Amino acid sequence: MVGNLAEQQPTAGARVDVVDVSHRFDFDGKALPVLNRVSLRIAPNELVSLLGPSGCGKSTLLRLVAGLETPTIGTISADGDRITGPHPSRVVMFQDPTLYPWRTVKANVSLGLEARGLLRRQAHRVDEALQLVGLTQFATAYPHQLSGGMAQRVSLARALVNDPKLLLLDEPLGKLDSMTRMTMQQELVALWQRSGFTGLLVTHDVEEAVFMSNRVIVLSDRPATIKADIRIDLPFPRHRGDPRLAELRRQILGVLGLDTDW
Amino acid sequence: MSSASLTHGETNLADFPPVQQSRTGFWFIGLIAATAWCAAALVIGGLPDIDDFERTGLLAKIAAGIAGTLFFFAVGEQITGFTTPAKLRNAGPWLLLTGLALTAWELTTAKYTLLPRPFFASPQALLEVFTDDYPRLGDSVWNSVRLLAGGYVIGAAVGFSLGVAIGWSRAIGYWAHPVLRLIGPLPATAWLPVAFFAFPSSHNASTFLIALATGFPVTVLTWSGVAGVNKAFYDVARTMGASQRFLVLKVAIPAAMPSVFVGLFMGLGASFSVLVVAEMMGVKSGLGWYLQWAQGWAAYANMYAALLVMALMCTGLITLLFRLRDRLLAWQKGLVQW
Repeated sequence: MVGNLAEQQPTAGARVDVVDVSHRFDFDGKALPVLNRVSLRIAPNELVSLLGPSGCGKSTLLRLVAGLETPTIGTISADGDRITGPHPSRVVMFQDPTLYPWRTVKANVSLGLEARGLLRRQAHRVDEALQLVGLTQFATAYPHQLSGGMAQRVSLARALVNDPKLLLLDEPLGKLDSMTRMTMQQELVALWQRSGFTGLLVTHDVEEAVFMSNRVIVLSDRPATIKADIRIDLPFPRHRGDPRLAELRRQILGVLGLDTDW
Repeated sequence: MSSASLTHGETNLADFPPVQQSRTGFWFIGLIAATAWCAAALVIGGLPDIDDFERTGLLAKIAAGIAGTLFFFAVGEQITGFTTPAKLRNAGPWLLLTGLALTAWELTTAKYTLLPRPFFASPQALLEVFTDDYPRLGDSVWNSVRLLAGGYVIGAAVGFSLGVAIGWSRAIGYWAHPVLRLIGPLPATAWLPVAFFAFPSSHNASTFLIALATGFPVTVLTWSGVAGVNKAFYDVARTMGASQRFLVLKVAIPAAMPSVFVGLFMGLGASFSVLVVAEMMGVKSGLGWYLQWAQGWAAYANMYAALLVMALMCTGLITLLFRLRDRLLAWQKGLVQW
């Protein structure tokens, strides 16, 4: 079903190929292996969650896909082109909103267009993005005047204004209160369905992964390997009370070794 | 349960009476301050001076004028119903104190000479400096400000550029850091003999010294501001296709501005002291020179007048810098309070 959905949409999303990627950090002069021979193919328009224990290297994998770092071994490509650096078609939304405090909401959202010198011609897209996240009224506000949820929405608008083929979400809802988080999970899914970008979501929340994505990749402890690749064949919009979601969650917790209290 | 409903009833907003626009009442302290200034005027004008002071009459008139104004506001408010400006009202205790202080100062100097004479100048002698020597005083202020501004602008500009360069480029940091570390803490005044020898004019030498004094704190704080920028800010811009130029101009510099302003403030303080020393040592104009000159002639009233003007100049320039900061860093309001 989900596969059909992806095929029906215009293929605006990027295909991502992670081929045999290993990565290590230099930590106090010692090599610290983070990723161990990870291979992964993400189809266009898929929304894939990376799930794993804290510090296992899921954010590192996301940074590699973003091009913010280069893998020690192996290659990562988007639509067949090898990723060697950051590119505006692959935008990251971080756990912290990382809005520039000296810029208004609108100026923050304009950032990507301004950086590429497109702001003058495409200024209308800034307003559209603000409208999309429902913050038109706050265009002239400064970040310190916003709540956590609003700031994260601005951060989302700032990503979307670039019209990304690949949206990389690094625990973007991790620091929000549970109610705001649930609302934003729904909004993100709705947005993803409408816009048709490929999504890669790093999260430590099993329920979030199951609720939002087509596929959940479970990673092992550091150095991370892929432990399980689970398809979530349920249509959107999903219901949190759906017994099949509960079943999938139990299955994933089992892979993580956390199923004893279930 | 009942207590819960009770609390709910109590916190109902409608229960609070609307805020009333209350009149602040009779400005009592204003009336007392008026009396104090009136006493000052009577002492100055009524009692005989121990010497021929030229401006006793003018000083008495000024004191009487202030007393009249205060009296007008304190009493007139009651009769006509207009409101005294809040700022004036707020300054009431200070006005009272200055009135009393002036009376005491007048009595101990001009009237009874309880304090040793040339060193403790009388209020009217100070006033006389302003009324009679204002061309020279004004000229000194102008020369000081010009000299200071030249050196400060050069020092701030060089310090800012250097700070950004060191904070941004590892290679520049490698070479600049040890030099800065060695030379920076040296007081700029220590260069005075070298500077007056090396530069063609004392004006150039002083400009150099002021720039040096300003440049060091500006460099260090710009550098630390740039180095302390949240690395995620760069990641965000980089993923959106920002160039190196964009990262410096639109990310690093704006983020470092609060720190830069701390440097500019410290640099301004340092530049004042260098200015005065330079003017005392070699430059033949400016307030520092005026101070030196007045002391040479034992013209203590002139010295105090120049000190007062210098204080006003310095605080004025600092205020100007703060205004500029408030304007440029309006986004900081609510984040940082100075």
